[in-house]
Amino acid sequence: MKKVLSVIVLLLVCAVTYAGGYRVSLQGQRGLAMGHTGVAYVNSAEIAFFNPGGLVHLESKLSISVGGFGVFSDVKYQNTQFGTSSQTDSPTGTPLYLYAAYKLSEKSSVALAVYTPYGSTVEYPTDWSGSHLVNSIELSAIFIQPIFSTKLTENVSFGGGPILAIGGVNFNRNLSRSLADTDGNRSNVEIDASGVNGYGFSVGAYAQFSDKWSFGVNYRSRIDIEVEPGDGVATFSNVPNSPLAPITNGDFDFTATLPLPAEWTVGVTYKPTDKWVLNADVNYAEWDIYNSLDLNFLNPDGSVALESINPRNYQNAWTLRLGAEYAVSDKFALRGGAYFDESPVQEGFFSPETPRNDSFGFTGGFSYNVTQKLAIDASFLYLAFREVDASYDAYTESGVEAPFAGTYRSSAFAPGLGLSYKL
Amino acid sequence: MKKYFNYIALPALALGLVACEPEFENEIEDGTVYTNGEANFSSYVAVGNSLTAGFADGALYITGQENSYPNIMAQQFALAGGGEFTQPLVSDNLGGLTLGGTQIANNRFVLATDANGNPGPAVLSGTPTTEITNVVTGPFNNVGVPGAKSFHLVAPGYGNVAGVPTGQANPYFARFASEANATVMGDALAANPSFFSLWIGNNDILGFATSGGAGVDQTGNFDPTTYGPNDITDPNVFASVYSQEVGLLIGSGAQGALVNIPDVTSIPFFTTVPSQAIPLDAGTAATLNAAFAAYNTQVLPGLASFGIITAEEAAARQITFAEGANFITIQDEDLTDISAIVQGPPFNLDPITAGLLSQLRQTTNDDLVPLTTAGVLGTTDQDFLNLLVSLGIPAEQAALQAINGVSRPLQDQFILTSQEQELITAAQTQYNATIQALAQANDLAFVDARSALQVVANGGVSFNGGVLTSDFVTGGAFSLDGVHPTPRGYAFTANAIIDAINDQYGSTIPGVDIGSYATVAISNDVN
Repeated sequence: MKKVLSVIVLLLVCAVTYAGGYRVSLQGQRGLAMGHTGVAYVNSAEIAFFNPGGLVHLESKLSISVGGFGVFSDVKYQNTQFGTSSQTDSPTGTPLYLYAAYKLSEKSSVALAVYTPYGSTVEYPTDWSGSHLVNSIELSAIFIQPIFSTKLTENVSFGGGPILAIGGVNFNRNLSRSLADTDGNRSNVEIDASGVNGYGFSVGAYAQFSDKWSFGVNYRSRIDIEVEPGDGVATFSNVPNSPLAPITNGDFDFTATLPLPAEWTVGVTYKPTDKWVLNADVNYAEWDIYNSLDLNFLNPDGSVALESINPRNYQNAWTLRLGAEYAVSDKFALRGGAYFDESPVQEGFFSPETPRNDSFGFTGGFSYNVTQKLAIDASFLYLAFREVDASYDAYTESGVEAPFAGTYRSSAFAPGLGLSYKL
Repeated sequence: MKKYFNYIALPALALGLVACEPEFENEIEDGTVYTNGEANFSSYVAVGNSLTAGFADGALYITGQENSYPNIMAQQFALAGGGEFTQPLVSDNLGGLTLGGTQIANNRFVLATDANGNPGPAVLSGTPTTEITNVVTGPFNNVGVPGAKSFHLVAPGYGNVAGVPTGQANPYFARFASEANATVMGDALAANPSFFSLWIGNNDILGFATSGGAGVDQTGNFDPTTYGPNDITDPNVFASVYSQEVGLLIGSGAQGALVNIPDVTSIPFFTTVPSQAIPLDAGTAATLNAAFAAYNTQVLPGLASFGIITAEEAAARQITFAEGANFITIQDEDLTDISAIVQGPPFNLDPITAGLLSQLRQTTNDDLVPLTTAGVLGTTDQDFLNLLVSLGIPAEQAALQAINGVSRPLQDQFILTSQEQELITAAQTQYNATIQALAQANDLAFVDARSALQVVANGGVSFNGGVLTSDFVTGGAFSLDGVHPTPRGYAFTANAIIDAINDQYGSTIPGVDIGSYATVAISNDVN
């Protein structure tokens, strides 16, 4: 027992669960503790996120899982050629989830899922050496999804439902590396939009081959969060008073599209004994839709006052996930996991706004059944990034590329706490 | 159950607090990446003139001071043991000075657009708040004094505010001199330099150059108290005071860098306005050619045949115009004054025409036209016009004869002739020989700013994001006064000095990314 505990404590060292780009894989304590696996593992209402197809296999009439995480992430940047360095002072992210599943009959269930699969909160010191790319960014999206799940046969089930995504963005950066007003204040733009809607769906299928083996597949569609005129405001400040400046100070409407990529997950669950559960999931995220972050700032008459093209050229990315659960007793279950998370960022497009290189995630956690009905779930994630020399080459001034290069090191750590209830 | 929580929660919490900070293998902030070599950067003091002060756009203002090359260098020195760097910051970003509430220096230039949208330098509007009698208290690490010449640094009273109205003292030094009788060198030493840079001597030739050679070449005159502001300093005087200054700085045990004097003639102040600056249509050119026909074909050959001027000078004095861009007509003081002779027989010219021809020639590609001359070319010389009218010449005809640079030759101060350039080059060459010899003799870093600037002027220097050139406004290196660098130009300068220091002392101070520094500032808040 002590050995198991010490292994888990090691895994827990300090944790985070980001996936590549701005995908934040923190959608349930139990799943996260097992390497954020669960597409083939029916255990709690978290299955509403991992695989709506498996929802109907929940045994209880009513199952509820609710919880949240604290995400402590830091990024350090330095460039030894020029002696510049910087470190983010990012506020704590708090992804939340709520899943409530209700069994209509042996053959069908309904559920409501609320979760936050996308987000990014990065805050550099204002006017740092990469401030022409980003001073701070806060991206968030809440997904609200009604789900219906039904059994096609005794062992094969299917489920899914539409997703309403409500997104928000706050992004601040300087207009260039050096433009400033006559007092030396750097010219800056901040865009802010919230309550921007997008629509999509997720569907999943689940197959129970035997008491030991189950299989699941889940697909979540692409959702475009489109900011249209009137949805948000872009505020330009410290722009010099000159027709030679790219724009004037003040508020502008803007348009932008932030794509949230489609994601495939397939997974298998194996239960070698009554006490052990082993999960293996594979995710494939279609990041290649994120070619460029294009912003158009609009005059009151709707004409384009300034265009901002920011190539991203993300590539599709895999995540390989493993997790295990061990039932210490009826009351207590321990979990651990690990995953490899491939970055969608290609060489030459490494922006400090989402400084993600390939990473390994280590997770752990436990559930404690306070009563037959109520359990406390806890988890940890530590995301380990290697130090990486990288650059963003697509930034231009007067048509000339001005790469922003340096060494990055990120870390992320996310402890989480939740409750599971079943009736 | 409690036991489990203790096992998991406490270590996790502890590790979470201490172990999650990302760390580089070689952290810049640990102070181990860069080395100071044999140099000690703990107290860096910069001595010099406007370039050291961070002067730009015709003024000294805060952001310019923040982007002075010494301040940029000090930020980099801080990566290897460098200490705090204090500067005598002025009060605003306008740049003008007042003395007793009366404005004595203009605000800075910004790039403004005119009614037609054409960009050009203009003076930033606003009431300056830098009152030079409000003395700021040092010691300061940056003792760059705009306008200072080599011998000013050791002149007591150069910062005495009482001497400012008479030109005996310097308003910029008066702002931060430790006392009325202080010397720049004395105040520099008061900052206890462990490391210094000295860049002085530019103004010993620059004033002569920017005045179009209106000053005197004082070579041979060893008494600088007799020099005017636009004179060239005698090279022996320069060598003497420069050697004295280096001696004072190294006397305290400091190491440092000596920076040589760039070619003033490669700065945009002299390279922006072409010598072929007069556009003419075919008709006007023909009229002018007709007017000068007798001069070209009879007067000049006649003077040459009498032996009054050489055949070579006669050729140089030919005046010809053509459709398109034409060379400027000037009064060249180095030509033979023929005004008296041509009034006598056989030419018998009237005094006005004789005055026009006295030292007349057209510019060649070897002459340099100061930036400030652009505002004079093609305008009317009103005094001359009035004179002509008073002599009974019809106003319309008088106006045609009073066009500056065309019918009315520009006076000496508007053109830096090739002869005047030779005087500058001769003095500069000797100054630089002195600087280099003293650097070698004292094991100091020698910075060849002259060569560095030549690279900028001849094709430019590539950087991350473009090419830095000496082109006025667009080149990025020079501010709107055409003489002083932009922040980007100063950053380039700082890198050149850092390179020389690293070479000399085995330090590994990094240069800066010059693309992160601004070029000319734009604003239409102008007068």
